Formats: sequence, structure tokens, C-alpha cells
Amino acid sequence: MNLLIKGGRVIDPSQGIDDTLDVVVENGRVKEIGKGLAAPAGAETIDASGRYVVPGLIDMHVHLRDPGLEYKEDIVSGTRAAVAGGFTSVACMPNTKPAIDNKAVASYIINKAKTEGFCNVFPVGTITQAMHGDRLAEMGELKEAGCVAVSDDGKPVKNSELMRRALEYANGMGILVISHAEELELVGEGVMNEGFTATELGLKGIPRVAEDIATAREIMLAEYVGAPVHIAHVSTAGSVRIIREAKARGVKVTCETAPHYFTLTDDAVRGYNTNAKMNPPLREAADVAAIKQGLKDGTIDCIATDHAPHHLDEKDLEFNEAMNGIIGLETSLPLSLGLVREGAISLQQLVEKMSCNPSKILGVDRGTFKAGSVADITVIDPDKAWTVEADQLASKSKNSPWLGERMTGAAAATVVAGKVVFSGR
Amino acid sequence: MATEFKHKDIIALRDLNKDEIELLISTAESMREVNSRSIKKVPTLRGKTIINLFYESSTRTRTSFEIAGKRLSADTVNIAPSNSSATKGETLSDTALNLLAMKPDIIVMRHAVSGSHYYLSKKVGCSIINAGDGAHEHPSQGLLDMLTIKDRFGRLDGLKVAIVGDITHSRVARSDIQGLTKMGSSIYLAGPPTMMPPGVERLGNVTVCGTMKEAIADADVVIMLRIQQERQGKTLMPNAREYSRYFGLNPENLKWAKPDAMVMHPGPINRGVELSSYVADGGQSHVLKQVENGVAVRMAMLYHVCGGELE
Repeated sequence: MNLLIKGGRVIDPSQGIDDTLDVVVENGRVKEIGKGLAAPAGAETIDASGRYVVPGLIDMHVHLRDPGLEYKEDIVSGTRAAVAGGFTSVACMPNTKPAIDNKAVASYIINKAKTEGFCNVFPVGTITQAMHGDRLAEMGELKEAGCVAVSDDGKPVKNSELMRRALEYANGMGILVISHAEELELVGEGVMNEGFTATELGLKGIPRVAEDIATAREIMLAEYVGAPVHIAHVSTAGSVRIIREAKARGVKVTCETAPHYFTLTDDAVRGYNTNAKMNPPLREAADVAAIKQGLKDGTIDCIATDHAPHHLDEKDLEFNEAMNGIIGLETSLPLSLGLVREGAISLQQLVEKMSCNPSKILGVDRGTFKAGSVADITVIDPDKAWTVEADQLASKSKNSPWLGERMTGAAAATVVAGKVVFSGR
Repeated sequence: MATEFKHKDIIALRDLNKDEIELLISTAESMREVNSRSIKKVPTLRGKTIINLFYESSTRTRTSFEIAGKRLSADTVNIAPSNSSATKGETLSDTALNLLAMKPDIIVMRHAVSGSHYYLSKKVGCSIINAGDGAHEHPSQGLLDMLTIKDRFGRLDGLKVAIVGDITHSRVARSDIQGLTKMGSSIYLAGPPTMMPPGVERLGNVTVCGTMKEAIADADVVIMLRIQQERQGKTLMPNAREYSRYFGLNPENLKWAKPDAMVMHPGPINRGVELSSYVADGGQSHVLKQVENGVAVRMAMLYHVCGGELE
């Protein structure tokens, strides 16, 4: 596939590039970046003036629900939502049915994504067999099959000895452990953040310390065994501080947060809004400020969505009965651009956190425009104004807290291996 | 000047303003006359159908709502589904829509999940009255508490009201705080810190006290909450014995309150735990008066959500 992307603001932090340039793609790979470049033979030309042209966005934390829960989402609808949101790659979590705890399930996902999907899908295998938290999964084979990390996301590995062994074993196999950091006893039957809003609504609270303690445990274990660990969906000021301190003393810890943790507080739950129910829960203003600070100072490496599709029947319920999670693939880019607009992070940082860093952390050859690299490219219209409407979303599920809200910024074109897979809303 | 009651539902005292609360209380005062007659029935709600949908067991509240409906000549039906979990049975939404197809005028519901009534209200067109939702609110209890206090003091402003017990899990406490704050009284809370929810002082004119003595010192009203072993579990307190020692009301520590202070309890009482029998059955106890007022208050609630039209 040949392409000329002309006259956009090309931002590639991996090479320190931020300039108005042309990008030439030949045979699905980046050939050249420069000024006044000519289109290669048979190339399609994309006029990118007024647009940002960045290495394809990577969402390292999504739930595609395939196999087994296709009534919520599947690889086709999920990757369609991904490219509509500007993502060229997603890493999908293993809490499917069956779980991605063996080579066969991992291969099924990779094959289906290749034949029917719209973007790269990198599966994340489980840490423990069937996510039962008692025996290690076959991490060696999972890696061979193409898994880029292991995680029991959705629940923590309760047993500290097992988590220690998982970190050691995975490190030996050269695969990253992603931790869902949560101390279940402290969560109890909590359904939203513990604080004034929960008190007023009479809902059982989840204290921040349930996340902080688990984050600290993972860091101490990783430090002890000298292995890397990645903390998923950081939501509290405490976790940010603990991770910042660990990084300062050289622990190999990385982490991600999600757009809802830097845009919403637990006030969004008012009215018993089940589309504001997720785990970890929305916190308070001080946590939102700490998350933004963590993004700014580099403590938080990535923005990932934790895209968690659920059927209407699983959300249109009394608050306690509704499932945890919201979709995020199609709203992540405009919400993250909001951080740039308000000056919380720079545009370069946004590209790092949504492309370069997840690529590095997962060890995939993406997140750059270096000559010869795979031409995964996101062309962003930073000014595009649009409204989140259920029937316009590509995801099968519509569980978004932003339904009816105005967004600014969207993908104008999403290019996967030189092929235009999405060309704007 | 008559206040109009414009709400279709009564779900929380948080949603009502002072005038609306006063209106409900004054209507309840006039309803009491019916309850003292030998033939305790007026035709006010004749032809109206009320469904009492109780997902949690209840004797006094359900009976009180049923009697209230019957005294206003409404037809009342009681339903107690065996469970409220969508995973185990019919969803609340389906149950409600099926009941709605039978054209009730009011659904009075008790449900274990906070906020269920708002969910229900979006699904059905009939009036919804909250008979208790999780740890959120219990507006009829809040109103009957206020009526009982008003009976004793002739007013609801400028009083010191102590509430002692498990505030975190108490819907009664939340309705009392919402209502009494709006009427101009001050609330003093006491209980073990394990039972004190964060930010509770921001719910109204609320002071959180370190000890029971601080809360009930010179109080006009002392409201004792039921301690529920099944709710408090194993981690919130050592046992009933120690709880009773530090947070139980007995004739000795009741002396800290004003000499003529009134004692209330939403029931059922754990005698000897949060309330000593000497106090529960003593001269300062208004517990049975609360129950009596409950019928009148619920008549007023039913009357006003039906538009306050007189037959």
C-alpha cells in the first residue's frame, strides 16, 4: 500500500520530530519523512493540512470480549471502534470465555484479527490458569503464540507468593506482567468511591487504600525479584505517589491511567448513573489533579481506555446490580486532547503516552515513523467537533458516560500497515 | 398560603424543600383525627390502587403503609418477591412494568439497593413512594420522627438532636439529617468511627462527635439507631456488649441530655444493646408515639402523591 500524507504537523517523539512535513508510505512501511516529497507510484494522497500526523495510537488495555462474550463486543466490532477512535493497535485482556490462558485461544484471536479485524490486536494472556489465581498459566507458550503481556485483569492475584513467582517466571520468559492492583477485602461490597458522594447516595464505598496497598505490594515484589511490572488503570493520588517514588529509586515499574480518571469525579455517579460505574471507581478532584500531575511529570507512562463493553441488560439495572466498566475507544482521543488544550500535558507527551510508550512497554515494533517501520499512522483533526451518540458508535455496546456530550478532536484517518482503515466521522 | 405539592414521587427528603416537608407534616396532623374515630376510614383515595412492593422484610413499615392506604379507602396489595437480584429472578424493571400493566396508582417500595426508586421512577408512570432503600433514605421514617418531635416541642427549629449508632448503614439517619436540617435543627452524631461515613458533616447541619456524651449533652432529642449484627459484620465492632457500654442509652447517660429530652428509636429495638429497657419503656420514650404517627404520616404521603384531591 502506497500513500502520501501531505502537509500535516508530524509529531514523532521517537525521533524528536515536530514539524510540518510529508510522510511517504511504500508497501505498507514508512519510506521517508520530509518537506515537499513526491507521491510514489499509485499512491493515494491524504491532505493533512491543519491535522496532526502521529505514529498509530496504541490502546494497551481493552476488552474485546471475544471469544465467548460476543453479545457485548467481538474482534470485528471492537477493532472497528478502535480505528474509529484513531487506534491502530489494541492489546486485549484475557478475561474472555474461555480465558486467554493457552496458545489455542491466543492463536484464535490473532487469526481472527488478521482476517476480519481492522487493526492490530495484541493479546494479553492470563497470569494464572483460568484466572483462578492458584497456578501459573503457560506463559512461555502464550508468548510464543503472540501474547505481549500477561494479566489476570478484572481481578488481582490475591496470593502474594504466587504474584512473586509470576513476576519471576514471566521475567524469565521475557513477558511483561500487568497488574490489576486491588485489595479485595478492603473493597468488600463497595460499588463506588468511598467519600462524600457515596455517603450522600447511601452507596457502599471503595476506599482508595484498596488500590494503594495493592500497588505498593506489586512494586515491592517487583523490586525484590528485580522484574518489571506494569500497573493497570491507576486511579488514586496514593498510587501515583507510590509509583513516582518507586521510579525514582529505579524500580522497573510502568503504569497507565484511563481518560475517565482524568476527566470525571465520583460526582458523575449522582443519579445512580450505572455508566459511571467501573472498577477502580471514579475518585475525587484531588485524585484527578494527581493523575494529571503524574501524566505531566512522567510518572504515568500511558493512557489506555480499559474499554469494557457491557450489554444494556447488564447496565440498565439498580446501581449495585450493574456491571463495572465503560467503553472508551471512541472517546479517548478527544478527551486526551483536552489535556493538551488545558495545558496539562504537551502534544508530544500525548503521542508518547498513546503510542511510543505502550509500544515500548509491550515490546511491539510500533510507535515510530523511523524509515522502514510499519506504517501505522493516525491523522488527527484536533478541532473536529462532534457529539457522542449511541447509534453512531462502532462498538456493539453503548455504555459510555459521555453519551450526548460534545467532543473536540477526532481521528481524520487511521492507517494500518499503509492501508486506510478509517477516514473520519 | 397553601403550598402545592408537585412531586409525583416521594423518594428522599433531600428532594423536598422546607415548605413541602411542612405541608406533609401538617397534613399528617390533620389525618390523625381520622385515626381517632371509631370508624377509621375516609373516602379520600377510593378507587385508587396501591401496591406495597417489599423486597426486604418489614413488619411495621409495611403494615403502617397498608393501614394508611386502607384508612383512605384505597385498595392495597402487598407483594414480597423472594429476592431482588436480577441474576436470580425477574429484573426489578420487568416486575415493575408487569405491575404497572395492572394500573396501580402508587407503588410503595422497599429495596436493598440505594437509588432503586429513581431507577423505577424512570420506568413507570405511577407514583413511587420510598419505604426504605439500602443505606440511602427512609423518608416516611424521617417525617414521622419530625411529627413526633413537633408534637413534643411544638416546633422543629433550634433543637439539638443527637443520633447515635451505625450512621454508615442507616437510611433513617440520612432522612432525619436531611429533614431536620431543612427545618432548622442541629444534628450531633455519635458512633464508633467504623460506622461514621466520610463527609457526613456536609449532609446538613451536622456535627460529628467523638463520644456519645458529647453528642447527647443538653440534647432535646436522642435518636438511637438499631445495631444490626448482620450489617455490622465482624469488623465494625467487637461485640454487642462493648457496643452497649460505649454507645448504648441507659438511664444513667440519658441524664447528660436535657431533663425533658425525648428518646426515639426507629425500631425494632435490640433491648439491652443500643437501648436499655428502662429507657425504652420509660417516661422519656416516644417510641410507640413514633409508630402511631407513622400511619398518619403515610396517609399524608399517599394523599399528596395522588395530587391531594379530595373525594
